[in-house]
Amino acid sequence: MTAHDPNYNFAYLDEQTKRMIRRALLKALAIPGYQVPFASREMPMPYGWGTGGVQVTAACLTPEDTLKVIDQGADDTTNAVSIRKFFERTAGVAVTGHTAEASLIQTRHRIPETPLTEGQILVYQVPIPEPLRFLEPRETETRRMHALEEYGLMYVKLYEDIAHNGEISTAYAYPVRVEGRYVMDPSPIPRFDNPKLESAAIQLFGAGREQRIYALPPYCRVTSLDFEDHPFDPSKADHDCDLCGCGTSYLDEVIVDDAGGRMFVCSDTDFCAGRQAEGHQGRLSRKETA
Amino acid sequence: MTPLLQAKGVTKRYGARLGCGDVSFDLYPGEVMGIVGESGSGKSTLLSCLAGHLVPDAGKVIYDTRAQGPRDVLALPEPERRMLGRTDWAFVHQNPRDGLRMGVSAGANVGERLMAVGARHYGQIREQAVDWLGRVEIAPDRIDDRPRAFSGGMQQRLQIARNLVTGPRLVFMDEPTGGLDVSVQARLLDLLRGLVREMGLSAIVVTHDLAVVRLLADRLMVMKDGAVVETGLTDQVLDDPQHGYTQLLVSSVLQV
Repeated sequence: MTAHDPNYNFAYLDEQTKRMIRRALLKALAIPGYQVPFASREMPMPYGWGTGGVQVTAACLTPEDTLKVIDQGADDTTNAVSIRKFFERTAGVAVTGHTAEASLIQTRHRIPETPLTEGQILVYQVPIPEPLRFLEPRETETRRMHALEEYGLMYVKLYEDIAHNGEISTAYAYPVRVEGRYVMDPSPIPRFDNPKLESAAIQLFGAGREQRIYALPPYCRVTSLDFEDHPFDPSKADHDCDLCGCGTSYLDEVIVDDAGGRMFVCSDTDFCAGRQAEGHQGRLSRKETA
Repeated sequence: MTPLLQAKGVTKRYGARLGCGDVSFDLYPGEVMGIVGESGSGKSTLLSCLAGHLVPDAGKVIYDTRAQGPRDVLALPEPERRMLGRTDWAFVHQNPRDGLRMGVSAGANVGERLMAVGARHYGQIREQAVDWLGRVEIAPDRIDDRPRAFSGGMQQRLQIARNLVTGPRLVFMDEPTGGLDVSVQARLLDLLRGLVREMGLSAIVVTHDLAVVRLLADRLMVMKDGAVVETGLTDQVLDDPQHGYTQLLVSSVLQV
């Protein structure tokens, strides 16, 4: 651990703000899936880049934490690199790319393939916390619908999917029901990740622009909504990873030339690198290094 | 016989202005009541108060619920009142855009109320949607089209299907034929009359069109300046109007 930049308070936010966010977090954990309003602060980054997640991370960080930041599964893309640098500078915490070593993970749009353990915290960046938003534009009305458990409208969306595409085509931000009560938007994670929402780790969701925090306590029951005759299917591309050969991880499709060539690679870079280090190989692995 | 709906002294004021004043009536099961009057006479205000969309300043609205018998609707807890609103009651708006969800397909519009009361089987929901589209004379191949692609008359028929799919007992209609041309109006009225008779619905129809009440309503209430000036059987009121305003109203209808 290195010392943080003395011009900033630890983890950028002032202590009163962090207390306010922690109070919201405790309330969110006490009512799983319920959206708790909080006084979101202006952060030194644009809305949509993870201002909510960053504030939640700042409120949870301690100097002893080890931080990992994921952007679409990768540790080395712009968003992940800049948020990691931000907390290295303002909090001086240790950072890592390895899921198992991290005590706090901020993520955008993925849950790590490596199962999380008790004691870990996973922080999601959320663009639109309200699962009913595109069906019902009035916030007063959606709040009332949550309060009265009127979730028929959520099924209208799934009905539309099947009517137009023959199957539930919602591939990300797939709505879930938490502990049989609140319907929650799990942030734009692929629906492949939905079963992983039932986890040993604490999961916190922060939406900066929309000023909402919600949470899933460990081992919380999370069910994906579906129809009796169209059950939930956590689908993925029907391939193995071309670098590590894994057949069970979520894959990114990468176009490699202008002649229709493509490859599939694990979206979780840490998981893929770990498997390659263990000697697993895929279709496009370099043979000479084997 | 217990009345299905009882209004007792329903009064609604907008500041100093009177919306509707001291309206009382009983509606019995299977009965269709018309409320007529000129614009601004308080018809729609009264209907909104009865349907629970507006809270009246005074009075009671008592509805004979299936489970618990007569209950004061205004004193019901909100979840129960909203449940009533999407199971036992239906509300047909004058403008179908107010009553339909324009962004989703016709099938989803009809299925929404079913899903709202717990239907979770896609095949069955779709089957019922097809059935109801057929009953309101919309071709089954239009089921996946959005209401935007429908004509005004079709939108209105879709709204009716969407409202009746859960088998309500009481339908509120606010100018159901407003804004439609006469031939479409006639077809819609024919359809409504058939459905009301076939399902044994009770209905309260607000309109300024005397032809609509003549065809649909058993009983008539004439309103002027927020007050009820005359009530009676439809034919009796229209053929032998007693109050000066009713006489004016009846004589204002153009004879072609």
